[in-house]
Amino acid sequence: MASLPHLQTLEAESIHILREVMAEFERPVMLYSVGKDSSVMVRLAQKAFYPGPIPFPLLHVDTTYKFQEMIEFRDHFVKQIGARLIVHTNIEAIANGANPYRLGTEKCCALLKTQALLDALREGGFDAAFGGARRDEEKSRAKERIYSFRDRFGQWDPKNQRPELWNLYNSRINKGETIRVFPLSNWTEMDVWQYIEDEKIPVVPMYFAKERSVVVRGNTLVSLEHNAPLRPGEQPELVMSRMRSLGCSHCTGAIRSEADTLPKIIDELITFRRSERENRVIDHDREGSMELKKREGYF
Amino acid sequence: MELLRFSTAGSVDDGKSTLIGRLLFDTKGAYEDQLASIRKNGTIDLSLLTDGLRAEREQGITIDVAYRYFATPRRKFIIADTPGHEQYTRNMATGASTADLTIVLIDARKGVLPQSRRHAYIASLLGTPRVAVAINKMDLVDFSQDVYNTIQGEFTEFAEGLGFQEVRFFPISALDGDNVVVPSPRTPWFDGGSLLQYLETAPGLAEADRKPFRLPVQYVIRPTLDFRGYAGQIASGTVRPGDKILILPSGRTTTVTSLASFGGDLKEAFAPMSVTLTIADEIDISRGDMLVSPIQPPHVAHRLETALVWMDEQPLRLGRPYLIKHTTSQIRASVVAIQHRIDIKTLEHVPSSELKLNEIAVVTLETQRPLLFDRYCSNRNTGAFILIDPVSNATVAAGMIRGVEGEHNRPLRVSDEERRLRYGHKPAIVNVPREGELVYELERALFDRGVQVAIADQLDQARTLQQAGLVALLRSDGAYVQRTIDEIFRSLEADHTILDESFTSGEGI
Repeated sequence: MASLPHLQTLEAESIHILREVMAEFERPVMLYSVGKDSSVMVRLAQKAFYPGPIPFPLLHVDTTYKFQEMIEFRDHFVKQIGARLIVHTNIEAIANGANPYRLGTEKCCALLKTQALLDALREGGFDAAFGGARRDEEKSRAKERIYSFRDRFGQWDPKNQRPELWNLYNSRINKGETIRVFPLSNWTEMDVWQYIEDEKIPVVPMYFAKERSVVVRGNTLVSLEHNAPLRPGEQPELVMSRMRSLGCSHCTGAIRSEADTLPKIIDELITFRRSERENRVIDHDREGSMELKKREGYF
Repeated sequence: MELLRFSTAGSVDDGKSTLIGRLLFDTKGAYEDQLASIRKNGTIDLSLLTDGLRAEREQGITIDVAYRYFATPRRKFIIADTPGHEQYTRNMATGASTADLTIVLIDARKGVLPQSRRHAYIASLLGTPRVAVAINKMDLVDFSQDVYNTIQGEFTEFAEGLGFQEVRFFPISALDGDNVVVPSPRTPWFDGGSLLQYLETAPGLAEADRKPFRLPVQYVIRPTLDFRGYAGQIASGTVRPGDKILILPSGRTTTVTSLASFGGDLKEAFAPMSVTLTIADEIDISRGDMLVSPIQPPHVAHRLETALVWMDEQPLRLGRPYLIKHTTSQIRASVVAIQHRIDIKTLEHVPSSELKLNEIAVVTLETQRPLLFDRYCSNRNTGAFILIDPVSNATVAAGMIRGVEGEHNRPLRVSDEERRLRYGHKPAIVNVPREGELVYELERALFDRGVQVAIADQLDQARTLQQAGLVALLRSDGAYVQRTIDEIFRSLEADHTILDESFTSGEGI
């Protein structure tokens, strides 16, 4: 008896979700963060509506503190697949001098990511927004629904979520309310990499190991992009390293790694004993950081 | 590698969180930095791995269903981890709805408790085919075979009537790891292997493709005039180009010409794949229609017997129109009768006139249009539905279709409930001033929102309209209550789907 391998099962579920949203909402948009999960989500959207084009725009919330390589990859990738891209930046906050060095990471994130995202969704009149978040990433995300209801202020109430049974999603909202949709909810980091390998999906080269100029700060390797200030006694050095997850340069550390191909990344994952988002400063600002940010409207 | 979804149920006292923590820990599903954050006085409290939200850590309880992931070289697992206390029925039903298997935890010292029966019952109601009974804390009863045998006997007797395909028992200690991942030397009398070995080998839901073909149409893909594809996730069965298919509700038959796919057309597709198929004839097909096997079509009926798990703070209201989401269709439906409620503690059928949060009942449901369905016990995907409150938009119930409720027994006279279901609102008489344009403004506003409305000049006339299920605007000289259109609309308990967004509210009448 034929049974579907796990990656195809996950793929089928995700495509079902993408189509369901397209059928039931008026103006969906896909949050495109340039990372590996976004690359997978875009491929799933291509598959879901084949032979038609992706029927909704991609939205990148650009904090201007992203790595240059990410921006180059984004522009090339989007052009190649013929998708429509909207780039949104909180220009006002940046004009007022918002940056992670001055404000600290928590406030910087609130202005340049959360606020920018909410503004972009409102300006575009989007009623549903796809995000590439996975439940295995972080503990508050383990309790997130696939259709995550947000009130008129874009906020999440974890104690008052709609029950979600079978593959029957409740898409009913009033004007001004929105749904965040997570088609990769049931994927793990390993699933994402295996799928990228199977499907030959392009990803930002920063995921692959090479010698990079970094500052060693505790367990973290910090990039020097965007003129990150050095602390006393720090010297940049060349370290064989790669990014396990991608975010803003200030908030995303590299890891020591020799993995410069997809099979080596997958092998490395099997031996990993540390979680994917450990290098994300914003998750550790304080206890329950991700949950608090999500309540405010973060993805 | 295959995917297995299982749900767990139990409370902190049963050691459920410890068991999940153990499975994650021993299969490397948890990482060092996550473990470091739960290390207390040098030892790891595995149960803390599973508390996700701040409120849960503050209150020491689990509030909501959490999903967790781990893999072994043989299989990939998704756990729906459901709390044992708070909202257990709602959460357990949610977790069990997609599960291939349920783990019921029993404390070896306490034996089979009402709670264990409840868990098994909800799993069977939601159609989980297999149960693994983990008899935990065996270390506290000296790994006694007698204790194990007693619990096994009692549970087996109870579970016989629940229709599971398989029930297996495991004497474990989640804390120490006995029989969780590897067989324990401390239970030499037990030769059933470890719980994880069972999870790795138990059959999944792959038997779906032996069932007749069902494809609820989800979305029509039409990028050019030359291509028209019907997209959806196969609910059951297999399909190949050249297959004859029946289209419901139109009743027309056609042939599948291709299975279009990004990586090249497919030669065959089966459940649960998401596909796009093209057909030989030009037939009008839209979302909510179903493409099916012409030899074994589904049932078509609009009066159904269903089991209902109520999930909302607001109790069920008989006769009130809700929205039913079933496969890819969403239409109006109402519960016309409660046949009986199921007492979750004793599992007895009790007569009832109401249904409240976390209660379960068998009811008669009537839908605005006929539903294309199979019985839930033979097809989960085409037998399941949710009910949505059209005003609050909350998901208020989960339902499992049991069969057709004798349509031939329908009374001859059209009832008020049937009219209400069709029109989407209650009948009413609204007094309006005899003079002026207001009555017409009101008529237009309500009409544009989908309300069946007409103007009357005498009370008799208004009563007749009301009996016909309509809203009568009665021109009179009496006193008027100042109410806005929105207030009238709400008092009719009208369905917001018919709300016209362009109309701005706020006029006093």
